[in-house]
Amino acid sequence: LVVVVSLLSAITIFIAGWINRKTSCYISIATLLGQFIASLFILHHVMTIGPIYYRLGGWVPPWGIEYVMDALNAYVLVILLFLGLVCVIYSKRNIEHELPQKVVSFYTIYQLLITGLCGITVTGDIFNMYVFIEITSLSAYALIASRGKIALKASFTYLVLGSIGACFFLLGIGFLYAITGSLNIRDLSLLLPPFYGNKVVLAAFVFFIVGLSIKMALFPLHTWLPDAHAFAPAEISAMLSGIIIEVATYAFIRVAFSVFTPRFLRLLPVFDILCWLGAAAIIIGSILAITQVNLKRMLAYSSVANMGYIVLALGLSISARTAPWGGLNPALMHILNHALMKGCLFLVAGAFIYKADLWYITDFQGLGKKMPYTCAAFVIAAISMIGVPPSVGFASKLYMILASIESGKPIFVAVLLISSLLNLVYFWRIIETMYMKRAEGENHSHASHKAHVQRAEVPLGMLLPIWVLASLCIIMGILWLANVPTPILNQVNAMFRLDMMP
Amino acid sequence: MIDIPEYLRPVVALGCPALGSIFILLFGRRPNLREGVTLLAGLLQFLIVFSMVPTVMSGKTIQSYLFPILPGIHFGFRVDAFGLMFAITASFLWILVSIYSIGYMRALQEHAQTRYYFCFALAIFGAVGVALSGNLVTMYIFYEILTVSTYPLVAHEQSSEALFAGRKYLAYLLTSGVFLLAAIVFTYSMAETTDFSPKGILSLAFSSRSTLIFLFVFFILGFMKAAYFPCHSWLPTAMVAPTPVSALLHAVAVVKAGVFGIVRTVCYIYGIDLMRDLGLGIMLASFAALTMIGASLFAVAQDNLKKRLAYSTISQLSFIIFGVALLSPMGVTGAMIYIPFHGFMKITLFLCAGAILVASGKKNISEMAGIGRAMPITMLAFTVGALGMCGAPPVAGFISKWFLAIGAIQSGQMVFLALLLIASLLDVVYFYPIIRTAFFEKMPQDEVLKEREAKVALFSKKTEIIETRRPLYYFILLPIAITASFSILFCLFPDLFHIYGLAQAAIRDLFWRF
Repeated sequence: LVVVVSLLSAITIFIAGWINRKTSCYISIATLLGQFIASLFILHHVMTIGPIYYRLGGWVPPWGIEYVMDALNAYVLVILLFLGLVCVIYSKRNIEHELPQKVVSFYTIYQLLITGLCGITVTGDIFNMYVFIEITSLSAYALIASRGKIALKASFTYLVLGSIGACFFLLGIGFLYAITGSLNIRDLSLLLPPFYGNKVVLAAFVFFIVGLSIKMALFPLHTWLPDAHAFAPAEISAMLSGIIIEVATYAFIRVAFSVFTPRFLRLLPVFDILCWLGAAAIIIGSILAITQVNLKRMLAYSSVANMGYIVLALGLSISARTAPWGGLNPALMHILNHALMKGCLFLVAGAFIYKADLWYITDFQGLGKKMPYTCAAFVIAAISMIGVPPSVGFASKLYMILASIESGKPIFVAVLLISSLLNLVYFWRIIETMYMKRAEGENHSHASHKAHVQRAEVPLGMLLPIWVLASLCIIMGILWLANVPTPILNQVNAMFRLDMMP
Repeated sequence: MIDIPEYLRPVVALGCPALGSIFILLFGRRPNLREGVTLLAGLLQFLIVFSMVPTVMSGKTIQSYLFPILPGIHFGFRVDAFGLMFAITASFLWILVSIYSIGYMRALQEHAQTRYYFCFALAIFGAVGVALSGNLVTMYIFYEILTVSTYPLVAHEQSSEALFAGRKYLAYLLTSGVFLLAAIVFTYSMAETTDFSPKGILSLAFSSRSTLIFLFVFFILGFMKAAYFPCHSWLPTAMVAPTPVSALLHAVAVVKAGVFGIVRTVCYIYGIDLMRDLGLGIMLASFAALTMIGASLFAVAQDNLKKRLAYSTISQLSFIIFGVALLSPMGVTGAMIYIPFHGFMKITLFLCAGAILVASGKKNISEMAGIGRAMPITMLAFTVGALGMCGAPPVAGFISKWFLAIGAIQSGQMVFLALLLIASLLDVVYFYPIIRTAFFEKMPQDEVLKEREAKVALFSKKTEIIETRRPLYYFILLPIAITASFSILFCLFPDLFHIYGLAQAAIRDLFWRF
């Protein structure tokens, strides 16, 4: 039965992309809803019974392609499909507004994108993963470019850098295949340990890291990201920032922890380097974000900083071991949290563009009155980025700080704390403009306050997704603090034997 | 009300302002209903908080832990005598300030009143949460809620000056929040718990002296809300806020939360003994003494009434810190009862300042000549408050200063006693001119008045009592009268609201249990 669910989930993705030409939007929504529910079932199944293995075409694993569902990718899959669903609901109005002629192709490519992302997540075969990464990237190039003009340039940059990343990844696969003769992840993890000292394996590992770092927009390989985020349609920015780079992170975790093992990682100082890179990304990303005047670019740099958080948490993951903040917990937590927060922020930015064609922060004066609900959602997501309790941002921040103390690296505590102040600077500037600065021409007399301000709220179809994400920012924050979802994470840690002392 | 199980009471008490804030938003378009909700929530909250007194007085604590956050840390509340004192003060004054706000905001036709009441309710939610929370992490959560929710109140005016004040406010307080978080996390990593305990949870066993001292500095930086020198400057700047907000900031919620945090840290995290061992008491006391005197001197120089009151607050807050830093039973008693007493007195002063602004439009002390005759009740209340600040009987300030002085003697530091007295003397220096101007100086002559067209009408008859000119003003006068009379009652009956009893209970826990 469960295999059928998994199969359904996989197959609907494939089919939906090509078939739904006419009523594309509704089919998309329905498909994603179905997938999302299926992924919840899968998560539940994985939690209660154990991993699911599905063999494509009935071939036995080392030769055939296998899909594996364990706690880690079930978790990522749920996040991914949830955000996908929210964005597609949002896109209905926005795309009709922005790209009236391209609705069908938009949804087709969008479904392809989801296919690719799901594929990366569920696959148990490293070459298959490469294929899906390419699918994802290609559809993302197309979606970014869909606005035309300057977006084409952004898309091209992404294309070039993304391809380079993919090449590195492919090279890594080639090296591993040359050594072991296998492409299956589980198989590899069994075959590799004898070769850990081998130069070729090391080279493969480095290729993987570099390749995926480009995809993850890890500092200093982030240069493609701001343009791509800034010029894509809102929901694609949200997907890019909330999910696509996160799924790349997932691939990274998968490669680092499943293909290789923590034992291998401890041989190298790789994770220390990652910590420092993450820290640099956090600080520099935030500082660059402060210098931006375009809201979406600012959010994009904030994404760079947030990837820094995730990578820093990853880097700490092999040295912190105590249950609630040990291992991959903070990193996985932040993957979800960042998806929620950034998704919400980008959708809000999209709403401003949709309604009033506002791109620049200085133009937001008085928006708090014009679009009260949208702005309120923005405020929630923003204070959550700053890390004010009880939001999700606070939960991740707290756990990362605890993790870095346990690993004996108090310097990262300082980095995390400083960065939350930098976040404060760039987000508060916007909030202040929206609510506090008076729109030009508005009188200072009290009489004008009485005058009814014309409300110009976005349609419900766009408001609903924004608010779902915003309220989840708070609800999940409380849930994290209440430790509701931790069993999932603990299972992930148990899987990689991160919860045990070395 | 009495049926609520005891362990749920802290939760319900917090639920009042939280739910209240939601209803306030919902009823934003109907001012009467909106303000009714505020009052109702305040009243309910006060009753519930007060219903916890008997249990706590009998030496027990009410604990309710909702869910675990981290091993050894639950999100939960632990109501003890000290926390309850603060909670009673905050919730009672909230009712009064709400009544006052109705008069004040309507009289001045302020904009964005819904936002105002909403944030107000949230701020009280934060303040009472700080008071009742059972460990540092819970407290931190409420502390930050308090910071964020008061920002829109500070920047309410939305002028560039107000925006600047708001920015400064956030910059100071969120930075300090960062320090606090760091301090909490390090405490947790050392002690594996952050629950408040009368014995303190840190000890020399965990770490070296220098680390503990360093950590303490972090804690103190974290509680920048207490506005000690040299981190005080956000407070006078924040005076651009509407007066009820200043009253809230200064008397009830924000600064008291900072001081409260310091007392919590000193007594319940470090513990009296450890503080003494580390010699931190002396350090803290010196800082506090510097602030007491310095801020009083600054206060003398201010002409804007609210700014002068702000500096007075800074100085008075340090009296509290000072009392705790003495580490003697009487000193800590003094500090604890200083929190509610100062709350009542300072709020009286601020409300008076607001009333003067509403009725006559005056902000500066030099303009207030003869105002005592135009607004007798207000200025009488002001005088009561000011006398209390100076520590003169029969106003509440006398009692708390008395305890502080005894505490200073108990701790054997005569220098500190001298400093205390000097600071009290300075209080007289900056309050006396206000009273003198208000009562004994003649009102400006008519020619001068005509230049200020708007205000002439108010003063057309010299002795007209302007404070009751409009029915709306009774909303303003009533709270002033109440707080002023309480300020006196607290001196005559210190056990009103069981304040003194609660302080005694807290002291018993701290000093005589081990």
